[in-house]
Amino acid sequence: MNATATQSTAHHQGSGERLLNISDLHVSYGMVEAVTGVDLQVREGQIVTVIGPNGAGKTTLLSAIIGMLKSKGEVHFDGHFYKVPDVENLVGKGLGLVPEKRELFTSMSIEDNLLLGAFQRFRRGDRGYETTLAEVYSLFPRLWERRKQMSGTLSGGERQMLAIGRALMGKPRLLMLDEPSLGLAPLITREIFRIFADLRRQGVSILLVEQNARAALKVADYAYVLEGGKVAMQGKAADLANDPRVIEAYLGLASKHQELLSS
Amino acid sequence: MNLQIAILLGQDGITNGAIYALLALSIILVFTVTRILLIPLGEFVTFGALTMYAFQSGHETSIVWLLAAMIALDAALDLKQLFSNGMDARKAQWIGIKLGYAALMVTLMHTLSLQEIPMLAQALLTLMLLVPLGPVMYRVFFQPIASAQPLVLLIVSIALHVTMVGIGLLMFGPEGGRTAPFSDTALRLGSVMLKSQTLWVILVSVVLIVSLFLAFERTLYGKALRATAVNRMGARLMGISPDFAGKATFALAAFIGVASGILIAPITTLYYDSGFIISLKGFVGAIIGGLISYPLAAIGAVAVGLIEAFSMFWASNYKEIIVFTLIIPFLLWRSINSNHVEDEE
Repeated sequence: MNATATQSTAHHQGSGERLLNISDLHVSYGMVEAVTGVDLQVREGQIVTVIGPNGAGKTTLLSAIIGMLKSKGEVHFDGHFYKVPDVENLVGKGLGLVPEKRELFTSMSIEDNLLLGAFQRFRRGDRGYETTLAEVYSLFPRLWERRKQMSGTLSGGERQMLAIGRALMGKPRLLMLDEPSLGLAPLITREIFRIFADLRRQGVSILLVEQNARAALKVADYAYVLEGGKVAMQGKAADLANDPRVIEAYLGLASKHQELLSS
Repeated sequence: MNLQIAILLGQDGITNGAIYALLALSIILVFTVTRILLIPLGEFVTFGALTMYAFQSGHETSIVWLLAAMIALDAALDLKQLFSNGMDARKAQWIGIKLGYAALMVTLMHTLSLQEIPMLAQALLTLMLLVPLGPVMYRVFFQPIASAQPLVLLIVSIALHVTMVGIGLLMFGPEGGRTAPFSDTALRLGSVMLKSQTLWVILVSVVLIVSLFLAFERTLYGKALRATAVNRMGARLMGISPDFAGKATFALAAFIGVASGILIAPITTLYYDSGFIISLKGFVGAIIGGLISYPLAAIGAVAVGLIEAFSMFWASNYKEIIVFTLIIPFLLWRSINSNHVEDEE
């Protein structure tokens, strides 16, 4: 059993280098362990998704990877080992996180929000962020139209676009997204998922945490199922989408209507 | 009361009000970014004034050793962190620079004949001695407990205030001091004399307030501090370190405090323990601004200065009471009007 598990990791789809490599990651809140020994890899140019029920530890996992939460275990990003992952450092090295709650600067303009996304680059003296700003505006023309508006006045979908755009301003090599479709209309969800495919073509790898398992498995190359803080299943996204256990638990009747809405 | 007295009182009120406005802005800045109520702000004012006085009167002052000791403590903490988190050439270099700065200041203080150098150089030296205490104070006392509850931060802040008053007594002695004015000229406006120092205070305050405004509206570093105040988590995800934001705001607050002290030292005699009441009046201004609104706080602080000046004339015994009673209607108004809206979602 153990042997097959390691083998499946070794055969991990995609030819790129390992961009993110997590091994035996543990995260606890006080006495309660929310993530208990997770191994996970993202290769360059891949879209990897983590699906699972509420409370499986998906958000906790992302927060620990980027160093917002204390964790035990190993985090390797872009060939470097982080003994104590810290956010500022990792963001500067090209890791981005779009959190579930967006965490926008609501009383600041959209343009300021985007510019702040490039703070680390600005600090390093990389003045290429103005080109990135133009790219983000062309990816999300709506943000260009409203660039002088306070970001608190945006609709849910626009907020998500701004959160993604802001993360892209840091020129991430790996973009992690926590429930990007949460609370969004199906049409906007589809638009945002289409953008993920675009981003991959531009060389941005993506680690996507989603409740909308069907949409996530459709866009991803590789998938992990997280249950009770552990990886319960993993494999190529297409294989998992046809796995009877996954269909029953995550793609069954409950999510059928989501599919109807989004198709 | 005739017009002449009214103008004189108004002049005093606006001068003090400008200082309170600067302090109110620093209090709001530090509070919104770090959730710390900076009670020791007043001590930066008195330290600034008394250091200038020590230079000019030729008194011995050991204030530079406070700076050296604090920087040594800061460097020791940084080194400890460096060893536990892995070495980093840039951070190691930075520790060296800080220690070098402390050494430089010690030599400067012992080689320069402080009484003879021009006043501008004295002011600059005062700033160079005292402003670094701000970020170092944040690093040593607040950074390790940055995620604590506001009440804990407040208690630490009060402890620092009490300690700094004691240090002030130790370094500057119990006598107060008043420094020479920046320039001797006085302006005559009709029958009224305008003190030149008054104009200096107003001019410098306005310049400082405008440059603060521009820094926060136009520069990415300023925006980063605002972003930290608006959404701490979001700011961290952009790689804006709360440690950086804390040190930067403390440096700004220390700068404003010390500059205010240098500005008012020729007008008022300050003692080692005068700081608290001064920063408390800035605090009244900050409360009028709801600890959020910079313009309201500035207007409120100038109003505090004016009310203080006029109540000195009419009811000088009740001057402080009148000023601090002001806070009550504003607290009432604020609490009636505040609707606690959760930040998005």
